[in-house]
Amino acid sequence: MATETLTIGKALNTGLRRALENDPKVVIMGEDVGKLGGVFRITDGLQKDFGDQRVIDTPLAESGIIGTAIGLAIRGYRPVCEIQFDGFVYPAYDQIVSQVAKMHYRSRGKLRIPMVIRIPFGGGIGAVEHHSESPEAYFSHTAGLKVVSCANPQDAYVMIQQAIASDDPIIFLEPKRRYWEKGPVELDAPLADAYPLHASRVVRPGTDVTLLAYGPMVRTCLDAASAAAEDGRELEVIDLRTISPLDLGVAYESVRRTGRAVVVHEAPSNVGLGAEIAARITEECFYSLESPVLRVTGFDTPYPAARVEEEYLPDLDRVLDAVDRTFGW
Amino acid sequence: MAKGDPGVSTRSRRAAPRSRKGAAGDPDLVQLLTPEGERIESVTGPDGTVYRVDFTDEEYRGLYRDLVLVRKLDAEATALQRQGELGLWASLLGQEAAQVGSGRALRTQDMVFPTYREHGVLYCRGIDPIMPLGLFRGVDQGGWDPNEFKFNMYTIVIGAQTLHATGYAMGVAMDGKTGGDEGEAVIAYFGDGATSQGDVNEAFVWASVFNAPLVFFCQNNQYAISEPLERQTRVPLYRRADGFGFPGVRVDGNDVLATYAVTHTALDNARHGQGPSLIEAYTYRMGAHTTSDDPTRYRIASEVEAWQAKDPIARVKAFLEKQQIADADFFAEVDEQAKRESVHLRERVLAMPNPDPNTLFDHVYPHGSPLLDEQREQFSRYLESFEGSAH
Repeated sequence: MATETLTIGKALNTGLRRALENDPKVVIMGEDVGKLGGVFRITDGLQKDFGDQRVIDTPLAESGIIGTAIGLAIRGYRPVCEIQFDGFVYPAYDQIVSQVAKMHYRSRGKLRIPMVIRIPFGGGIGAVEHHSESPEAYFSHTAGLKVVSCANPQDAYVMIQQAIASDDPIIFLEPKRRYWEKGPVELDAPLADAYPLHASRVVRPGTDVTLLAYGPMVRTCLDAASAAAEDGRELEVIDLRTISPLDLGVAYESVRRTGRAVVVHEAPSNVGLGAEIAARITEECFYSLESPVLRVTGFDTPYPAARVEEEYLPDLDRVLDAVDRTFGW
Repeated sequence: MAKGDPGVSTRSRRAAPRSRKGAAGDPDLVQLLTPEGERIESVTGPDGTVYRVDFTDEEYRGLYRDLVLVRKLDAEATALQRQGELGLWASLLGQEAAQVGSGRALRTQDMVFPTYREHGVLYCRGIDPIMPLGLFRGVDQGGWDPNEFKFNMYTIVIGAQTLHATGYAMGVAMDGKTGGDEGEAVIAYFGDGATSQGDVNEAFVWASVFNAPLVFFCQNNQYAISEPLERQTRVPLYRRADGFGFPGVRVDGNDVLATYAVTHTALDNARHGQGPSLIEAYTYRMGAHTTSDDPTRYRIASEVEAWQAKDPIARVKAFLEKQQIADADFFAEVDEQAKRESVHLRERVLAMPNPDPNTLFDHVYPHGSPLLDEQREQFSRYLESFEGSAH
């Protein structure tokens, strides 16, 4: 079995290539996805190999990308749309929320929109405004959409292919600050045998506190767990992977053992994923909890200027601070 | 109806019609049948395209029948709303010719992306007029397969469907289904208000640069709910096409013949791979925007009366009578059919059952969701808890 060390970015690129090879109805569309290979090079080389009818450079209008992709989906295509940056998805918001999400429901199941909307999301790259946002709650709140995020190269490679193969419309959030992180990827394992797309997973076992994260914050939590281990505290880290619908069975089982949970995400806390996860853990694990479920998140401000984003973003120390606080009850 | 290519069949009996460029009072307006029922042989559009139709008598009568039926069924739906049987109705009154003319110009393989008012186009596609009434009664939200009927579900968000039509048309081209007589074309309906939407303008850009086989069919009925055309544009809408790089034409939308001719030409251009075009069907919404609207608050009676004189059905009837294409028996028979079909429609609307509450969880996702499974089960248990109680 071929195992290669790839970055998350290259793993996504390889996964997209596989999807284009395996299904002639798959088309990639977005701004600069062709010759340039996307601003993060995630589609690098694909137009050269598959042509400009499979990898389509679109006019610069996000609502147009999603709206025309809907038409292509009705025609029988499987569009994979790239939104260049998180903060640029909002012009497409109406098409995503009012059209993509509802078509299957409105048609009473007769119409499927097998679309993947790839969005590089989150901060930490020193970017100017609108390039560092975490819009997952907006989409998770919308029935008819599914939302996932990958956190390592193996998942990036597999999950993008699973998302494209799925008939559900899927918002695929890519942790842009982690694009260059490397890891082993099994390239030849059959997709059918892969870990399911909409399932969470323990990525580091532990006994004392459960950390829950997705996308870029999984790495932060793993680092926090390593640091905590040096102080004799064993943190269990769960990579949620699927943000909507949430798959919290693994989390419930974990929290019943640890009695403590901390949810970590870059997005602001107010009415965010952390609130939903905390509420559900509280409902399901009430008698096991030794402390309230805590959240470590971005602040309820607009995403700040790059020179203060390190202070805004949850980091190892803030995660460990929350872990400490769970022992204060 | 709409068999063959207009201009090939032979005509007879008609008094020698005129040929001219545009219509009186608006040189850019394509008109083939005046409000008085006078035929114009052919019209040369602003870009030199010659528009003409040459229907058989049977085809002329067929168009009249369509117009009358579409109006009658629409009136029935309005009545059903007034009686509380529909939650809302968006009447097409006054726009019958724009819809029948364009609808009959479509070929079987062509795809339609309607707004929520294209009941007449739907009828001309041979689709049972009951199909969209579930939406307005509130028992479903469309519920049909666009590919089965070559007619997309109604779209209520203004202009959103123009992008769907554009993407679909790009798919037609990618499938290699343009370039010949059997090529596929796509038509996107929208109104004058929609031309202000970003999505519509993005659709114009996309269709243009991808040379999509698409006809943008704008029914300019002069009002976006209460706002008159002047609030949307300072240039005639058909001229918007210039800036996007494809042809635009204004047609008398109350003239079923001209609308047919213009749409037929545009669809043929699209199916032959010549790209998109814009048709502005200049018409008037005789009724309210929807049954929730009161047009007396924003427009004056004399304006409505002036358009009444341009009625799309009266002019066809006048033409059929003058040319002795139809007699009193025919008109009576059409009225009788319209009455029969509207009664049939009414009976079936009244018989539409409310959906089972548990079905509200169905078809949110093709592959389902454990969250919804849980909620469905909880809700079902909740409903069952009332069984045997007085409530």
